[in-house]
Amino acid sequence: MFYVATGAVLIALLFAVIRAIRGPTVFDRVLAGNTVGTLAILLLAALGFLTGRPEFLDIGLTYGLLNLIGTFAVLKFFRIGDLAYDVTDEQEKSAWK
Amino acid sequence: MEMISQAAHAASWVLIVAGSFFLVAGALGMLRMPDVYTRMHAASVIDTLGATLLILGLAIQAGFTLVTLKLFFVLALLFFFGPVASHALAQAALYAGVEPILDEDRRNRTVPGDTANKDATPESPGKSTPTRPT
Repeated sequence: MFYVATGAVLIALLFAVIRAIRGPTVFDRVLAGNTVGTLAILLLAALGFLTGRPEFLDIGLTYGLLNLIGTFAVLKFFRIGDLAYDVTDEQEKSAWK
Repeated sequence: MEMISQAAHAASWVLIVAGSFFLVAGALGMLRMPDVYTRMHAASVIDTLGATLLILGLAIQAGFTLVTLKLFFVLALLFFFGPVASHALAQAALYAGVEPILDEDRRNRTVPGDTANKDATPESPGKSTPTRPT
């Protein structure tokens, strides 16, 4: 049954990668990247059970944390163009929609 | 005792297969939906239903061990951070001016067998691009 889970995760990963390549906006690619991160966690879990070594879950946890930070970094970069920009200055000038 | 373990095995089998189905369904929706917001809607199926069912199935398979605890940590991580990332993504897309495709945008679509609307250009749902004003 772990073969079924691993195969399903791999098929879903293929679809997510196709979406990331086809775009068309940058947000589609960010969404696909986020989905690839989630699916990578699930793939690590299923693969750990498949090989009888579920210790890979620690790597999955770390990967989930990194995935969130990466998504935010990409979104902030495409919104402001600078990762070190302090958004609270902009909020006081009410430029925030 | 034997019956209980067999029932747990069957339950985890059902959960894992259902979770796999929702994973593939969500990814297929992400591939086929017409614009960013509907794609996010499809992708949230992966984050919630697919991941939850799959991890619950694996947890039943693992029994009361440290692995189960780690699986529930992964589940909590996905539950708290998935919506946060989705919210940030939708807000960033709106802020950048990506317009959602509304109902009136798709009125000129040709319906198979509809001869009255023959002049309109056919548009497949997977290929229509959302307009992005610059």
